[in-house]
Amino acid sequence: MTPYILRRLAQSALVLFIMSLLVFGGVNLVGDPVEMLINPEADQAEVERVMRDLGLDRPVTEQYWYFLVNAFKGDLGDSFIFGEPALKLILQRMPATLELACFSLFISLLVAIPLGIYAGYKPDSKVSKTIMAGSILGFSMPTFWVGIIFIMIFAVHLGWLPSTGRGEIGVFLGIHSSLFTLDGLSHVFLPALNLALFKMSSVIRLTRAGTREIILQDYITFARAKGLSEKRVVMVHVMKNILIPIVTVIGLEFGSLIAFSTVTETVFAWPGMGKLIIDSIYNLDRPVIVAYLMIIVTFFVFLNLAVDILYTFLDPRVRVKGTEQ
Amino acid sequence: MKHRFKNFQNFWRDFSANKVAVVALFIFSLILFVAIFAPLVSPTDPYDLNTVSIMNSRLPPLSEDFGGNYFLLGTDGAGRDMVSAIFYGLRVSLGVGVLSGVFALIIGSFFGISAAFFRGKYETFVMRIVDIQLSFPSILVALIILAAFGKGVEKTIIALILVQWAYYARTARASALVEINKEYVDAARCLAFGNERIMFKHILPNCMAPLIVVGTLQTAHAISLEATLSFLGLGLPITEPSLGLLIGNGFEYMYSGDFWISIFPGVALLITVASINLVGDHLRDMFNPRL
Repeated sequence: MTPYILRRLAQSALVLFIMSLLVFGGVNLVGDPVEMLINPEADQAEVERVMRDLGLDRPVTEQYWYFLVNAFKGDLGDSFIFGEPALKLILQRMPATLELACFSLFISLLVAIPLGIYAGYKPDSKVSKTIMAGSILGFSMPTFWVGIIFIMIFAVHLGWLPSTGRGEIGVFLGIHSSLFTLDGLSHVFLPALNLALFKMSSVIRLTRAGTREIILQDYITFARAKGLSEKRVVMVHVMKNILIPIVTVIGLEFGSLIAFSTVTETVFAWPGMGKLIIDSIYNLDRPVIVAYLMIIVTFFVFLNLAVDILYTFLDPRVRVKGTEQ
Repeated sequence: MKHRFKNFQNFWRDFSANKVAVVALFIFSLILFVAIFAPLVSPTDPYDLNTVSIMNSRLPPLSEDFGGNYFLLGTDGAGRDMVSAIFYGLRVSLGVGVLSGVFALIIGSFFGISAAFFRGKYETFVMRIVDIQLSFPSILVALIILAAFGKGVEKTIIALILVQWAYYARTARASALVEINKEYVDAARCLAFGNERIMFKHILPNCMAPLIVVGTLQTAHAISLEATLSFLGLGLPITEPSLGLLIGNGFEYMYSGDFWISIFPGVALLITVASINLVGDHLRDMFNPRL
């Protein structure tokens, strides 16, 4: 196991290095951030002063070297717009994004697992066919457009729920989150549902496929032969085995929710890091763009590593195969 | 030729067993027709400044202007007819989606089949890159490319190709590994055919079925992703008004209750993506020997 983890870590470091080259190089080819920062009437001397202050007068290779050295010290540069460390800006907005992603993961599992098990348990019933058709529809609906529809129906037309911002933030066990106040919950509900809808379809399909496979296994036949009630067979025997694939995808689904939250956050003006990156791209705020992309790539690299390791612990069959190699 | 026709007949018999997929295919053909012949079937040219009048701005659906022009789906903020804007938008969206899909198919199957053919370090290297890339969500890969290199038509297409190629590579390798052990490949080797000839004339055609399944589902995904990126203002420039950009334009007017400007392009996008997905889903069931 240890050599495997070490090899994966080395590979992760290589991925991060290549990503830093690509992102830093690319960002420095696009546009002129100085033009966005100073007023158009400024003379050449002013332009040069700003460029010197931001370090943009140096060659790109030298800038990259400084970036790398500072990155190892935990400094990813200062935002051109806010004048604050990019890392601090991102960390400030991270809780909002995590809270949105967690809540929508919760909603999607709560709805999708029962529906998926039902569709797998009775694959030919009308209800199951409707569930599957619905999942294709859910899969095809662009997230941002559904968000717009939600705002239009629930915020503009019916006026039931607010459509922008994060609402009041409560404190529970030292954690600041809008999930702890009623006002906060009303704000998080629409964006979280929007984000969850897309995930639901894939979890439904996964659960259904798993259930259909498990239902044919000998241990299910045996459980039935023992005279267990169908309820117990489904709730205990099917459920337990369906959790292996689901737990492993939860990690990846969570990551993908964080990536897709850029879209939902933009639609609902949710003050998370996804909205920050989109705003920074508009403003050519290079340090924030680079910092965000590096952080999110690091996050994914470790998330994947964690999921792969967790998988071998959850499913002994994989572990046996792993040691044979 | 007769043999080919017989194959097609068999294919159609299996395909038409699912009525939903047949309807979806019909709808998609209609959309494709509209997209290709947009200038001919649109009531007006939405980007011709002589015919678009700002006086007609934000007219609700089913309204008529003083000149007797009828707007079935209303007009947008600049007074363009929504029906025409959607037809032209479909053209851009489908064009970008299909183009990126075809390039990704070519690149992905090249690497996938050559990896299966040559094995060894080359295969490990290619598949490692595929695995790493597939561990990132598609939107993140596209975001990295477009955040780093800026927006634009070519850059959006490049981003979409990069998002998709790995799926094709994985599928092509998996089916090429099966094909490579079959007798016809041994026969071709005995005839001392070149590696390229065996890979692309003998193995590739036999890997096409799963690649087409992946192709339909990926193209639907690419169209949806392009719309998302364009909506965020990272994808296509405003000179190429795809459905995503139309929806984005309408978003501004939504709080004032002018729902049609972003709803109808979204419905067009949904129907397009859903019809491709339904066809792809059925094709997958047809070609999947396990079910």
